[in-house]
Amino acid sequence: MRQTRAIEFSTGLFALLGFAALFFLVTQITNRDIRFGESGYRLQAKFDNIGGLKVGAPVAMAGVTIGRVEAIEFDSTDFKAAVTLRVESRYNQIPEDSDASIYTAGLLGGQYIGIGPGGSETYLKDRDQIEFTQSAIVLENLISKFLFGLAGKDDKGEQDGATAEDTTQ
Amino acid sequence: MTLLRELWRALRGMLETLGAVVLFLVRMLAATPAALMRIGLVVQQVYNAGALSLVIIMLCGLFVGMVLGLQGFDLLQRFGSEESLGTAAALGLLKELGPVVTALLFSGRAGTALASEIGLMRATDQLSAMQMMAVDPVRRVCVPRFLGGVIAMPLLAAIFSGIGIFGAQLVGVRLMGVDAGQFWSQMRASVEIDDVMEGVIKSCVFGVACSLIAVYEGFNSQPTAEGVGRATTRTVVISAVVTLILDYMLTAVML
Repeated sequence: MRQTRAIEFSTGLFALLGFAALFFLVTQITNRDIRFGESGYRLQAKFDNIGGLKVGAPVAMAGVTIGRVEAIEFDSTDFKAAVTLRVESRYNQIPEDSDASIYTAGLLGGQYIGIGPGGSETYLKDRDQIEFTQSAIVLENLISKFLFGLAGKDDKGEQDGATAEDTTQ
Repeated sequence: MTLLRELWRALRGMLETLGAVVLFLVRMLAATPAALMRIGLVVQQVYNAGALSLVIIMLCGLFVGMVLGLQGFDLLQRFGSEESLGTAAALGLLKELGPVVTALLFSGRAGTALASEIGLMRATDQLSAMQMMAVDPVRRVCVPRFLGGVIAMPLLAAIFSGIGIFGAQLVGVRLMGVDAGQFWSQMRASVEIDDVMEGVIKSCVFGVACSLIAVYEGFNSQPTAEGVGRATTRTVVISAVVTLILDYMLTAVML
């Protein structure tokens, strides 16, 4: 009897340790917080090009994370990416003429959405849309712009750079 | 012509073995509900397969993580991105090393114990005696051991990965001077919940495969001292090969 109890105890300890490790991996190693019920409010933003933005990417204002990207969908009516942002409810004073841009963290880091505050007195509410957006900077576009701009500098550089940009967009 | 015949015979032998293993699995699954009635036997086997493997799993996890910290640092330094060490170590451990090395250790530590135990039961006619008493040896002996292995494996793999990440952190941050904040934040930013799940799925599959092989080999061993030894050896070899093959297939499917 005593031996059985000892075995059950150490088996229980083992199972506890195993599930604790699993819990640790799920909650601490990933960026997913265990959330009890949805909090915060949603904002919409449409981008011409989201580059490598992913669901779960941070939404930052002045570099401080205030929310996450909740969903990314393709809007087939105006051929843009419709991005849903979930912003924590304590940050409820974002002016409605704020702009959203997609930035890259570091040279090889992941992409995030940065919100620049506007000057309006009215604030964005749940399910509002951010009108002013700036797409992700696609490195290829930047390089081609630079190259074409450099090559045609002596005669008609500006024009070439402009057309290169137009065709790639 | 004889070569062709030999080839055919070898192929047929392989197919027969595979079929026998599958039938054995079906037989065990059919006996599982009845075996679950006596949960104490399963707990005992979780103890044998899991709790007794804990120390070796933790020790190996720590050292694999530490090696990953060293190697990863050396590799990433050449690209000037040592901060990604956390990401590299976590992904490597969660998706590959955790499940695979745990499966290999498991088959070496627990699989051999299972195979030799059941094989010895067969050699000493204990299984026949059970049959005489109208006790199904598959239900009484094999299924609890199989279930014990299947339950223990994912937990062991999770412990391995968790300890391994600490090992990588130990070497990367303490020894090599990677910034601790960068290490953890980069890891958190780029490791998704799917990556964790991939490891869990893998370790579940490996748990089924390794336990099945061990129990099958033990149950079907020759009832001699030599036969038991051979069954034990075969368990380790076949488990290792099957684990690595399954690993490739699962990775290809889930990537």
